[in-house]
Amino acid sequence: MSDSFETVVKELLVTEFKVEEDKIGSAATFREMGLDSLDVVSLVMALEDRLSVEIPESDLEGVNTFGDALSLIQRKVGARA
Amino acid sequence: MTTASERRIVVTGIGPVTPVGVGVDRFWSALTEGRSGVGKLEAFDASAFASRIAAQVHDFRVEDYMEPSAARRMERFAQMAVAAARLAIGDASLDLDTIDRARVGCVLGTGIGGIGAFEEQVRVLAERGPARVSPRLVAMMIPNMAAGQVAIQLGITGPNDCTVTACAASGHAIARAVDLIRAGRADVVLAGGAESAITPLTVAGFCAARALSTRNDDPEGASRPFDSGRDGFVVGEGSTVLVLEDRDAALARGARIYAEIAGYGLSSDAHHETAPQPDGIGGAAAMTAALHDARLNSEEIGYINAHGTSTSLGDIAETKAIHAVFGEHARRIAVSSTKSMTGHMLGAAGATEAAATALAVADGMLPPTINLTDPDTECDLDYVPLVSRELRVRAAVTNSFGFGGHNVSIVVTAHE
Repeated sequence: MSDSFETVVKELLVTEFKVEEDKIGSAATFREMGLDSLDVVSLVMALEDRLSVEIPESDLEGVNTFGDALSLIQRKVGARA
Repeated sequence: MTTASERRIVVTGIGPVTPVGVGVDRFWSALTEGRSGVGKLEAFDASAFASRIAAQVHDFRVEDYMEPSAARRMERFAQMAVAAARLAIGDASLDLDTIDRARVGCVLGTGIGGIGAFEEQVRVLAERGPARVSPRLVAMMIPNMAAGQVAIQLGITGPNDCTVTACAASGHAIARAVDLIRAGRADVVLAGGAESAITPLTVAGFCAARALSTRNDDPEGASRPFDSGRDGFVVGEGSTVLVLEDRDAALARGARIYAEIAGYGLSSDAHHETAPQPDGIGGAAAMTAALHDARLNSEEIGYINAHGTSTSLGDIAETKAIHAVFGEHARRIAVSSTKSMTGHMLGAAGATEAAATALAVADGMLPPTINLTDPDTECDLDYVPLVSRELRVRAAVTNSFGFGGHNVSIVVTAHE
């Protein structure tokens, strides 16, 4: 299951945010991938739509890397299940 | 030592991203060869619209000018502005690494700004609610973002500004750039305009106002300024940026100089939101002020690049304005409207036409008014019909008039 989350987020980063694929890794920060705070808001919106979850802004604190984002999504989807 | 108030301003670089071509060579060869940039409106499905033609920029490849990660943050008008700025700097052989970037300013005009993003997000708001509106909306739609993005992309930290006066916007941008250099606030200013408003809402609004040509079966013949068969303007898009530079600085670095911006004049019609004052009093006031600023007599002007949008009222009012300012000399002046080829690039029109005027002065070649086969009886000047004319002129005027009654005239002279 986590593989498919990873695929969804990766695909969004590449297609919507024009991140080069080789820059995406679990330790890569959003900043390193060229995303600013506005982009993170957009990314969250897109993930909420794609994965049918709600991610309140308070949950984003401390979420700085690709890996952080994946863990957050897993928690959210897990909680829903 | 030249004092600030005596500083002269020259054009050392031209970056056109226009419906007739991208880059100065393609732009100028199209204009002097009389090629139209008007075609079927392809930016959206216009089948339900009264006007289904447009002057679109077809050979603009955004990836040639910026990274995809930068392009995605910009509306098309800002993308084209960044491209035009890069082209202008390249054309001027200006190496930003060897000059003080704090002395390089940028003033870009636009009529409407990022209305494409605005329209898209209005739909998002209506269909999906406020929580799905893009956090980038504001930054993409505000009109000043073309100038802002040029600074971000090029790392130029001098005065940065935006003029928003409809179809006079980039005329005002050049005027403001002249002021910045004259006042010693900058040595180089990237001055111009950008527009990408070929969107359903804008075109619907212009159609409703009966402003656009509906000669849908003859796109290339639709923009016909001063002709009796004209029926409105053709909506266009694009961006043109000029490198304006303190003359002494330009000479010191051995720059190629196209022409001098000798002065400008500004006025308001104070008459009507969209219609020109019928006698062209406002346009005449701007031209008179420009001649005064340039310290030239009216007899010294040999060419006028007219605002000439191909609307019934505007072309006649401008003709009257030229008669009022130049008297008997009016009939000896060559007047042409390059909008016959570029369509009406709205906020980018003034800079595009200032570029055409500078090239005309530098090259000794006047671009024509194409499609002018049967002049309106009230349009009785020499409009350089159909084909370009080899003629060396020492001084020229370019006019830009905008909805709201804004008038800008700029005097361009041969450099010596």
